[in-house]
Amino acid sequence: MTPFTDLTGQAVSLPVANVDTDQIIPARFLRKPRSDGYNHFLFHDAKLEQPDFPLNHTAPAILVTGANFGCGSSREGAVYALVDAGIRCVIASSFGDIFAGNARKNGLLALVLPEAQVARIHAMLPGTVTIDLPAQRLHLPDQSVIAFEIDPFQKRCLVEGLDEIGSTLTHQADIAAFRRKDEAARPWATPA
Amino acid sequence: MQLPRTMFDKIWSSHAILEGADGATLLWIDRHFVHEGSFHGFGILRQSGRDVARPDLTFGVADHYVPSTPGPIADAEVAGMLAQLRANAQAAGMDLLDRADPRQGIVHVAGPEQGLTLPGLTIVCGDSHTSTHGAFGALGFGIGASEVAHVLATQTLWQRRPKTMRITVDGTLSPHVVGKDLILAIIARIGTAGATGHVIEYAGPAIRALGMEARMTICNMSIEAGARAGMIAPDDTTFAWLRCRPRAPRDFDAAITAWRDLPTDDGAAFDTEIHLHADDIAPMVTWGTSPEAALPITGIVPESSDYMGLDAGTTLNGLPIDRVFIGSCTNGRLSDLRAAAAILRGHAALVPGLVVPGSMAVKREAEAEGLDRVFTDAGLVWGEPGCSMCVGMNGDLVAPGERCAATSNRNFPGRQGPGARTHLMSPAMAAAAARFGRLVDIRTLA
Ligand code: SF4
Repeated sequence: MTPFTDLTGQAVSLPVANVDTDQIIPARFLRKPRSDGYNHFLFHDAKLEQPDFPLNHTAPAILVTGANFGCGSSREGAVYALVDAGIRCVIASSFGDIFAGNARKNGLLALVLPEAQVARIHAMLPGTVTIDLPAQRLHLPDQSVIAFEIDPFQKRCLVEGLDEIGSTLTHQADIAAFRRKDEAARPWATPA
Repeated sequence: MQLPRTMFDKIWSSHAILEGADGATLLWIDRHFVHEGSFHGFGILRQSGRDVARPDLTFGVADHYVPSTPGPIADAEVAGMLAQLRANAQAAGMDLLDRADPRQGIVHVAGPEQGLTLPGLTIVCGDSHTSTHGAFGALGFGIGASEVAHVLATQTLWQRRPKTMRITVDGTLSPHVVGKDLILAIIARIGTAGATGHVIEYAGPAIRALGMEARMTICNMSIEAGARAGMIAPDDTTFAWLRCRPRAPRDFDAAITAWRDLPTDDGAAFDTEIHLHADDIAPMVTWGTSPEAALPITGIVPESSDYMGLDAGTTLNGLPIDRVFIGSCTNGRLSDLRAAAAILRGHAALVPGLVVPGSMAVKREAEAEGLDRVFTDAGLVWGEPGCSMCVGMNGDLVAPGERCAATSNRNFPGRQGPGARTHLMSPAMAAAAARFGRLVDIRTLA
């Protein structure tokens, strides 16, 4: 995974709440191999149905959107579509849980800010935003700088571009020791 | 003395292998279900040069792309998705509930039927409705493709400990008001993000009174309130349902003894508590493009929606519909089909529709009772088990602009096809909509 340290890019406002992953990528594209790129599927139907849809006119690196972004289906294709279209950061006051996990695994920063701050940023867009993840600072188009909170696990995964499987496998001995005890404690958990 | 613990706490701590320095926990996963869409996860695994660690705990199910008509598959891409799952299952040496296998069905219907879903387990699948399995007192949650790859490679998963929410439902559901109405009422009340970051435990007398199928309907739609998972404490209803299932523990009574320790201890604290009265709940229908946009059938559309083709002030009762879909992992079980058939028996449907049993077992049982004939006599199509028109991946789509009364779980724009207008409701309500060609209050039929 490409590490995420800092990013400067065009930020665009999509001030809609509850954008579900069916809208981010309609189900019929999920059968496509990732190797061909998922950028064309991003908001495919919304772009067709709404001529003034923000992403019809720009290809931003940062998307600032409404609460509960990425709710619904677990499809990681939603994150592939965003990332393949060049979006490295989505800012919202909250995210769907599974989406947030998928983002972390693909170098996409799902950045949670308080509702009032998100509203303030919407009002400045479009514009250039710089994200300094190690320092947890956001440089906004009006030259102001705000600090943000981020889950330490999410931050480490992004900054290090962590191979999570590889790092988990370094705990093989712990997993094996857990299983020895667990198998004895829960014999019923093994499928008959 | 140990502090009182929630059922979630007990399952979480019994699966915690280790805690990372930054607050994530490495959890052991007891069951991993994969389906056609999991090919992304297998791809990531292959790329990393690793193998499936525990094929004995990994179960393949063909459901999302399975055509609802038997015979050869016309669409090469759909056929390819099924072939790909077969190849991945074979390479991994894992069990596969393939198309036409007598055990096949939607993963959240077939898994429990096989006794693979048990109290106290951690269960994951690359599908957000994995919350369904919580109906048995398991911790079941949906994961993305990268997490699928992680579980395939390690049979573990890194997770942040979620918060807990208890939703207590007092009283008794009125006649004709079922699990679907209850969960839609809950989502309408707390909102589609109301339980984000939480695991919900459903409790109270109205929940205890429900059978397993209704409990699955409720836990299934927890994700529609944003929850990571939904769970219901196992009890005698759970144990009776599970006993004799093919993959249930041989020493079932010993398992029951262990499972009796799972329910939340008296005095255990939840981060959030919600209370509802079952008696207040009416048959529910959604009017908008989020499951929280749900109202009693007697309700009035509160705001205009271009997408839904509805003006503010429209009464839901009597709204003409074009099509019905009865099925899905929410409402594709035998009791659902019985409820729908009871409304349609001896009547012709005024609009076309599709009825898709949730599994081969449901299909066999329904056919043994003659339910298939009730539907086909009414003019509806009786399909082969799978996800079908819930998501349209197999080609069963609602046409643009068509209004569909559906028993599935999502009314998002485009969910049932581009431009499709979905109204979610219970099986009996959908059957009544088919019979009258419009939304009706089933309480007025009896
Ligand atoms: S029936 Fe619908 S919601 Fe359920 S698993 Fe299939 S596509 Fe997902």
